[in-house]
Amino acid sequence: MPISGYLICFYGILKRELTRFMHQHSRFIAALIRPMVWLFIFAAGLRSALEFSNTLPYEGTVLYEIYIIPGLIGMILLFSSMQSALSIVYDKEMGSMRALLVSPFPRSFLLVSKLFSGVIVAMVQAYVFIAITWLWGLTFPLSGLIYVFPTLLLGGMLMASLGLLISSIVKQLENFAGVMNFIIFPLFFASSGLYPLAQMKKSSIILYQIASLNPFTHMVELIRYALYGKLNELSLGVVILMMCLFLGLALMAYNPSQWFVRHKSL
Amino acid sequence: MLYRAPYKRSQGIMDRTQHNNMALDIQALSYQFGSAHALEDIHLTVHLGEFTALLGLNGAGKTTLVSLITRLYSSKQGRIKVFGIDIEKNPSKALAQMGVVFQQRTLDLDLTVKQNLQYHLALHGLSTKGSVTKITQALTHFNLQSKLKEKVRNLSGGQIRAVEIARALLHEPKLLLLDEPTVGLDMHNREFIVASLHALVAQNQVGVLYTTHLVDELRPTDTLVILHKGKIVKSGSLESILKESNTQTIKEAFSLLIGERA
Repeated sequence: MPISGYLICFYGILKRELTRFMHQHSRFIAALIRPMVWLFIFAAGLRSALEFSNTLPYEGTVLYEIYIIPGLIGMILLFSSMQSALSIVYDKEMGSMRALLVSPFPRSFLLVSKLFSGVIVAMVQAYVFIAITWLWGLTFPLSGLIYVFPTLLLGGMLMASLGLLISSIVKQLENFAGVMNFIIFPLFFASSGLYPLAQMKKSSIILYQIASLNPFTHMVELIRYALYGKLNELSLGVVILMMCLFLGLALMAYNPSQWFVRHKSL
Repeated sequence: MLYRAPYKRSQGIMDRTQHNNMALDIQALSYQFGSAHALEDIHLTVHLGEFTALLGLNGAGKTTLVSLITRLYSSKQGRIKVFGIDIEKNPSKALAQMGVVFQQRTLDLDLTVKQNLQYHLALHGLSTKGSVTKITQALTHFNLQSKLKEKVRNLSGGQIRAVEIARALLHEPKLLLLDEPTVGLDMHNREFIVASLHALVAQNQVGVLYTTHLVDELRPTDTLVILHKGKIVKSGSLESILKESNTQTIKEAFSLLIGERA
């Protein structure tokens, strides 16, 4: 198949995802309302109670509303990836996943294209949220908007790969809500999205250790640093490593010649 | 269609022209779900211009066979070749030759007919520029050209099936796999779809593998393969099967061969 064929195929998958997304206005609004509730209600309420000092990459004291923004961007990527995973399970149950899988393109290409399309949708949501925070007066260096782009892409791919892996395990839509509770809440709450790791360490060493190992923490830190034009190398490494791991496992889970997939309906 | 005893090297020499016409060649294929045998030692071929009906009761293994041919499942026992291309070794090339209609609907209900068909073209690496003419032509076969901008959700069951068949033909495959495409349709729609498919075979020189459990969908020109409990119990032309089983109707022959009431 020529490269132009691959481009046409990718564009077709992207177009379908965008068309579906445009049809689902409520999905777009819900994706924004969730972090806005956290920012304008939860964080605003804690504003006077919580201020963090000596927390990298911030200089001096940082307002809680400012601190929480990268975590909420991470939340958008996380929920969006779970939405994509849910849509894959739905497609599997409804049968339209089969239309994708009998395409002559390599299955890994098809699935990565599908993931990438979902990540683009998530990135649009993340940038709209960033624009809202700016309008609210919660600003950071303008260059951060550019630096954050590759980290959103990487973070989005990390979350989307996890979502794809989950979609390969979950067979029925009914089971998905339970799985989401097991994945989303521990990932989000046991991370540096809401509180700095240093603060967490003071109250619970175990929670601190769990959060330090949590890939969501590293995705959030990568975004946090990028917003201020800095690079957190450790987080970059962890995010890339975990993305490769989740993606590799997910692609194996969709390969029918793998022994553990052989009897599963795709 | 040829049904042969388990493959022997000495039997593998066949006429070259016949080989070139062979759209699908399945040899010694077996598949198990855990310890349960879903398919056992399947030998089946489909040639260009041939309409092969795979007849079997529910649970006979028809959908499993289609899943293996389309590589939704994978088996280490036996081999499947599409125009001489091994599906396990080169799935991309083999899948490019196929048009598939699954038993389960696979159209996106929230997209229009046009959007669904353009998505299919893209999945085959075919440009969607100027595709409307091609799509309209494909839909015209089934009198559905007026439904181009209609959401699939608003179509009737028969129309959805017809769109799925039109979609399967859009990239001009030479092998068409249809897994019980008339399930849930009324008599009129079933007859229309079966007649349309036979007309396509006559016009386009495609090979068709059509699975069904409905004996009244068979035509005298079809090649018949009877699948029962994962095994092929008989295959050949309708005429030869009636003659060999000494029965008057295919329903009688089918009941006799599977040892159950069809």
